[in-house]
Amino acid sequence: MVTIAKPENLVYQRPESLTEFPTHYCPGCTHGVAHRLIAEVLDEMGIREKTIGVAPVGCSVFAYNYFNCDFVEAAHGRAPAMATGIKRVLPDRVVFTYQGDGDLASIGMAEIVHAAGRGENITVIFINNAIYGMTGGQMAPTTLPGQKTTSSPNGRDVETQGYPIRMAEILAQLDGAGYVVRRSLHNPANIRKAKKAIRLAFETQVRGLGFSLVELLSTCPTNWGINPADALKWVEEHMVPVFPLGDYKVAEAVAQIKV
Amino acid sequence: MAKELLKGNEAIAEAAIRAGLEAYFGYPITPQTEVLEWMSRRMPELGRVFVQAESEVAAINMVYGAACTGARVMSTSSSPGVSLMMEGLSYIAGTEVPMVLVNVMRGGPGLGNIAPSQGDYNQAVHGGGHGDYHPIVLAPSSVQEAIDLVVLSFDLAEKYRTICMIVADGNIGQMMEPAELPEMRPVKRREWDWAVTGAEGRERRILTSIYIDPYDEEVTNLRLLKRWREIQKNEVRYKEYYLDDAEFVIIGFGTAGRVALSAVRAARAQGLKVGLLRPITLSPFPYQVVDELSRRVQAFLVVEMNSGQMLDDVLRAVQGRVPVEFYGRLGGVVPFPDEIADEIRRITSEKLTVTADPREAWYERLSARVN
Repeated sequence: MVTIAKPENLVYQRPESLTEFPTHYCPGCTHGVAHRLIAEVLDEMGIREKTIGVAPVGCSVFAYNYFNCDFVEAAHGRAPAMATGIKRVLPDRVVFTYQGDGDLASIGMAEIVHAAGRGENITVIFINNAIYGMTGGQMAPTTLPGQKTTSSPNGRDVETQGYPIRMAEILAQLDGAGYVVRRSLHNPANIRKAKKAIRLAFETQVRGLGFSLVELLSTCPTNWGINPADALKWVEEHMVPVFPLGDYKVAEAVAQIKV
Repeated sequence: MAKELLKGNEAIAEAAIRAGLEAYFGYPITPQTEVLEWMSRRMPELGRVFVQAESEVAAINMVYGAACTGARVMSTSSSPGVSLMMEGLSYIAGTEVPMVLVNVMRGGPGLGNIAPSQGDYNQAVHGGGHGDYHPIVLAPSSVQEAIDLVVLSFDLAEKYRTICMIVADGNIGQMMEPAELPEMRPVKRREWDWAVTGAEGRERRILTSIYIDPYDEEVTNLRLLKRWREIQKNEVRYKEYYLDDAEFVIIGFGTAGRVALSAVRAARAQGLKVGLLRPITLSPFPYQVVDELSRRVQAFLVVEMNSGQMLDDVLRAVQGRVPVEFYGRLGGVVPFPDEIADEIRRITSEKLTVTADPREAWYERLSARVN
């Protein structure tokens, strides 16, 4: 009889940096994928016990239940300021924020821009799904032109409701930023690239090379009103053209990091 | 240490540093800015943390983060800036982490002016951020007392895992007077069993102010209340002047209390049996001492640099036993001792009655004076 549970037969297991707590995320939501990628990186770098996470307000408000490391819960949009306070007092710890688009690009715009401007040695994982999830599907600063939400019921009218804000491009302009990239979670190839970027972002921090941010294009099947498979297609067909994937800032010292 | 001629704001900053402050986060606003400037020079010099934040909103959230690590941390601001901090203060209260905030109060509402005021009494003591919580609020009336209260504030904040606010009207921040700073205390971070420091060799810790199940939130609120009841029992502070045989008692805090003391001394010289009660903890308020006084004196006069905010707490303690009169100046105007002396003459010579709201008569008197 074959014993499957032998280490050499294992192809998949829960990273130590994730708890066994079942997540509250909707079916087809990519928060779970993003959580797992971060947890794998913390495991691979051996920094779980040195890491302090900062949870946002939004769907990932309970992220602290799922990561097996110290965590604090910030006020809406203020995670980069809270992370600044922690990192300045404990510079040898690894501090990351996990923020959605409403949190980071709307109410927390000042905090994220100035954390990047100061070159705070923190890592930001930015989940961009073009909508407010937790409050039930309102327009976000990253909602696409014409996209229907509960607060843009006829589709986002750029004449009165403005245009989507491209955060990676904005933050990349700041001298304090060491590593700013955009990736997507809509298929396995892109998920692998996303993980590599998250690893580089944390490597940037542990080397003291400045502010690092990985923007992840993500799904929200529930509030988009489509099924999970179509949601992945929607990211590729509608979001990627507005939010092009790519490296927006890779400081010279970061480019030399080999992982 | 010998006495030196010190400016209030700089004394507040240096006292905090000597009390072992590890991190300061702030934003420039008059009349508090000298604290920030002093910190910007001294903290890096000592290898400690100083950040000029992009706003008071960010400053208080940096304080929040640093406080979660168990570090001694503070911010300072003035009225409009403190309004911006209210969100963060509520989160800090809900997360039960200690921190110190100094409000060098100025005239308001709105942008107001940069003159000394006590208009934020209710915001500090009865209002502030959303939800049920009570910060400790201390009110100095001299540079020396500001120094002493800053040192005390860290110990109180840590003992009760609470917010400790110091409300210093602009005078205290801006004036210079001889005062003595404490000895430099080494920075010593305690190993708190709640602090978030990285889960090295222990179970992970979470610091949060969210309790999604109302029953859990109720338990949390009860825990805060239990701590507040202990604070009420143990930490009431006030100063008495000439109260032993007083028939009339003036009540005032901070600069208003100090100006009133000059008037009380002048009245005593004329043989009037007047005393002064100066609350040092505005929260917890010395209700009991006012209650006791109200059983043996003829009347009270409350003096404030606002339209009668502490007055409501005095009325609550006096419960209509004897008349309570009010005198306030508004919008950044500081009363002169002569004005309070006039009020003392009035209350000691007129026949007073218990009225529902002493502000009615004061409003008429002040309007006549100002217009």
